[in-house]
Amino acid sequence: MENGALGKVYQDSQVIVRQGEVGDCMYVIQEGRVAVIQERDGREVPLAVLGKGDFFGEMALFDREMRSSTVRALGEVRVLTVDKKTFMRRIHEDPSLAFRIVQQMSQRIREMDGELGRIKGNVGMLPNK
Amino acid sequence: MQIPRLRLFAPFKINFRNLVEQNRMLPSNLKLEDDSRVAVIGGGPAGSFFSYFLLDMAQRLGMKLQLDLYEPRDFATPGPSGCNMCGGIISESLVQALAVEGINLPPTVVERAIDSYVLHMDLGSARIETPLHEKRIAAVHRGAGPRDMKEKKWRSFDGYLLELAMEKGARLVRGRVADIGWKDGLPQVKIPNGLPQAYDLLGIATGVNTSALKLFEKLDSGYIPPKTTKTYIGEFYLGQETVKRYLGNSMHVFLLDLPQLEFAALIPKGDYATLCLLGHEIDGPLVQRFLDAPEVKQCLPPEYHVAENHCHCAPWINIQGAARPFADRMVFIGDCGVTRLYKDGIGAAYRTAKAAAATAIFEGISAEDFRRHYWPACRAIRADNALGKIIFAVTRQIQKRRKDRRGVLRMVSREQQMERGPRRMSMVLWDVFTGSAPYRDILLRTLHPFFLGRFLWEIIAGIVARIWSINGQKH
Repeated sequence: MENGALGKVYQDSQVIVRQGEVGDCMYVIQEGRVAVIQERDGREVPLAVLGKGDFFGEMALFDREMRSSTVRALGEVRVLTVDKKTFMRRIHEDPSLAFRIVQQMSQRIREMDGELGRIKGNVGMLPNK
Repeated sequence: MQIPRLRLFAPFKINFRNLVEQNRMLPSNLKLEDDSRVAVIGGGPAGSFFSYFLLDMAQRLGMKLQLDLYEPRDFATPGPSGCNMCGGIISESLVQALAVEGINLPPTVVERAIDSYVLHMDLGSARIETPLHEKRIAAVHRGAGPRDMKEKKWRSFDGYLLELAMEKGARLVRGRVADIGWKDGLPQVKIPNGLPQAYDLLGIATGVNTSALKLFEKLDSGYIPPKTTKTYIGEFYLGQETVKRYLGNSMHVFLLDLPQLEFAALIPKGDYATLCLLGHEIDGPLVQRFLDAPEVKQCLPPEYHVAENHCHCAPWINIQGAARPFADRMVFIGDCGVTRLYKDGIGAAYRTAKAAAATAIFEGISAEDFRRHYWPACRAIRADNALGKIIFAVTRQIQKRRKDRRGVLRMVSREQQMERGPRRMSMVLWDVFTGSAPYRDILLRTLHPFFLGRFLWEIIAGIVARIWSINGQKH
């Protein structure tokens, strides 16, 4: 069945997207898992693990900023690239195509809200010095 | 101060003519609501996409629809009874769009993921790689496979889409529609040995290779079926290893000087290679002349002979869209409505199905709703096809002229050797062959002065090189 595997295969630990690079595409995971990592002050902060059907790199389609995090393969992973130009042409014709991306972004904001709430709660509970 | 009266009242001036026109064009109150009944006739990609997106959009709004999908064929059966007669290429742009929609085509359906095209001409061949060196084109069998299939290893593409629609809530009705009528302002569908069923909306996705389209002509809705031409699809059994060795993961495209032939491709799949010939009234002798061409023979094993009883068909394809593919409570999707000229028919089915579903859910189901919100999607495809005709006419001229063919080959070969820089001819050919870009984009790129200048240069360089070569041989 490997003849019919669409996309590109990345090996374990291989970097798919590097933080700080300029991107012009997003990715859809076809098979396997990836780790989303933010490099800060020389340290790697794990942000999320994504699996089959998930997107990453979608922010590059909507802004011209650099990639905000690094994405690395966790084991062998197969990923399909979606070009900015193809995507924008389709969106122009059919805006509902963005629905799933907006849905996933909304889900991530919800998770981040929860995370932020927990962090702020923990900071608030710190004893005063 | 004198107020200029006319100017003050100008914004409130009523243009009665516009008002009358606007009122005439106001959509009716025909809408889908909870428990509305929808029938989709035809379970190919257009019918399945329409069902899938209609139910998906309804679910987003919390609306419950009852959808019956009429399809007599069993896509699990090899041979003509479960086949939809098509080359079976899912374009790069459609693979990407489907992935964004959450429909990731699995390797159990995709028989071969394509990463390159090989252009064959009498003067030589050139390989064009995918822009990102990634497998982004899917070669599939629309049905379960050819009739002489030895072992079923992959699933039918149409069957896969049908299952997706059923997972969304579509109910499959295994039956050929025998009659369509109207009762109490609602369309009715009748299958043999069944009672007529009334629906709020009919989605018609029968394709053009069916007599069912005649049922709609008698309804006097203004629908005129598309103009069609005959093509040829043949399935050659080679076995997986031979397919891999001779064709690899490349689609093989032929620019040969054969009359009537617009496009020819040999598509590698699992155990088979599918030959797809497009043009004007493709007939048996033309197929034979094509198969006898040395450029084609070199793509197949030397000892290979096409079996007499190989699975093949001569389906009709839509070359000029239907007139008025909609009416009150009725919309024609995919090939029986408007599709792309020669390329990416499944992509056009996806686009028209989604536009029709969005109209039905968010706007309404009257003829006027479809005219306002569905027809623009069809019209865009039709307008693009008109430019496609120009591109294919130019391609025909290039096919006929040896010096032009040499120019194309030189330009592509040079571009493919470059590490960097624009690959103008390669990208134009890539998009013409794959159907990934609108014909308008392709045409505009061919009119770019750099493209034209380079092509002209390569033609002249080719002529000069040929003269030198002939003179060299004389001396």
